[in-house]
Amino acid sequence: MNVLEKSKPVPMLGDEAVAEAVKECDVDVVAAYPITPQTIIVEELAEFVANGEFKGQFIPVESEHSAMSACLGASLTGARVFTATSSQGLALMHEMLYNVSGLRLPVVMAVANRALSAPLVLNADHSDMMGSRDSGWIQLYAENVEEIYDRTIQMFRLSEDARVMLPSALNFEGFILSHDMEAVRPLGGERIRKFVGRPKFERRLDPDRPSTFGAISSPDTYYEFKMQQAEAMKSALGVFKEVEKEFHALSGRKYGTVDAYNTDQADTIVVVNGCSAGTIRAAARVLNRAGDNVGVLAIKMYRPFPTNEVVDHLRDAESIVVMDRSVSLGAPSGPLAEDVKSALACAGLETPVMSLVYGIGGRDFSLEDGKKVFALAKDKGSYGAMPLMYGVKN
Amino acid sequence: MSWKELGEASVVRGGSSVAYVTTGWRVNRPVIDESKCTNCLICWVFCPEPAIVRHEKGKVTIDYDHCKGCGICEIECPLKAIKMVREP
Repeated sequence: MNVLEKSKPVPMLGDEAVAEAVKECDVDVVAAYPITPQTIIVEELAEFVANGEFKGQFIPVESEHSAMSACLGASLTGARVFTATSSQGLALMHEMLYNVSGLRLPVVMAVANRALSAPLVLNADHSDMMGSRDSGWIQLYAENVEEIYDRTIQMFRLSEDARVMLPSALNFEGFILSHDMEAVRPLGGERIRKFVGRPKFERRLDPDRPSTFGAISSPDTYYEFKMQQAEAMKSALGVFKEVEKEFHALSGRKYGTVDAYNTDQADTIVVVNGCSAGTIRAAARVLNRAGDNVGVLAIKMYRPFPTNEVVDHLRDAESIVVMDRSVSLGAPSGPLAEDVKSALACAGLETPVMSLVYGIGGRDFSLEDGKKVFALAKDKGSYGAMPLMYGVKN
Repeated sequence: MSWKELGEASVVRGGSSVAYVTTGWRVNRPVIDESKCTNCLICWVFCPEPAIVRHEKGKVTIDYDHCKGCGICEIECPLKAIKMVREP
């Protein structure tokens, strides 16, 4: 009997689910700065510390740049480290993101995705994380609150695995998920701590063995360090499957690197990441009941990109729409669409792919919108050289 | 070195700069006129590298393995005992 049958669902906000999971993961140091819509995570963790429920050290810092710097230093001592941010905060961390991944530190971060200024907006899109897409962080996208809880726990295992040793970021849309209350079936502290374990790190800061970390390299060596990170990303795909398998045995819950709905039969497949996967899946079910034959592929793991799984699921589709909740201004496709197109091209597939931008700055994406996306997929005129800006007011 | 042999994250034990010779960085090298030098060590104060050393008899000398040829010592020497000379 697994815990699923025993544990009583508890209502949690997306942000609360992160804090609850971190509390149970035997985290040593949290260094974070509050920013909407991530603030609840930091508030909750500070409260847990004040109440003596969480033994980790909470470092209040003066900015996100300092937050990630403190995480870097703490992680170098071998501590288990967590932080959370959003939007401008992630942008301010940008420099340190590369330092953390280059130093191969398994820092875990939650990102309540929010669009970037200007103009100022508090609502969701993925442009914050997409701006740091190439920073060498493992990037996951969640679509519901229980998944946020589960992924937070899994990331410690994934990042700290000796074959990986890369930082990871969990993305979930601000407000839509961060402030959404859903039922979570908690797994219990002891069970979680046993699952995450306590791997021993090498390369620690040690006063008895003074060392320089990330010492200057040269054109003769820098490239090789990047190759090591690329290889670690590659092995993260395999390790992630092991972690998921073990987590499934513990909880009965599994998400995969991708989540496929009817992709083996569908003539039209929509590819999407984040919470709109649920919306578009619901739309697909409605259409399929009415006689259509459509499918949905939700990208759960964005870096490393699960290229083989994506190609396998899309191989037989006649047309593909890739939905991006961010826009690379001036680019021929959104970032997710670029990845899908390149994965298909490398596999020798010439399936037409539409790049569709939606939900920018928190613009709502409803069930009706989901149905319209499938209708657009049939319109060959929509497959342009630039992304289709869905839902913009013309 | 292959990426497979290279240690991760460029971690270097403390004190490694001693082994790193910067002779090739110089265009000009400082040369001490020993008839003028009084071993006042003003050059030692201003040298941004530990490239001003005193040999066993206490005489100021230059560590050409680590001098980068910046020329600060020439400017700061109150007795004009140091001249920057073109490297051969």
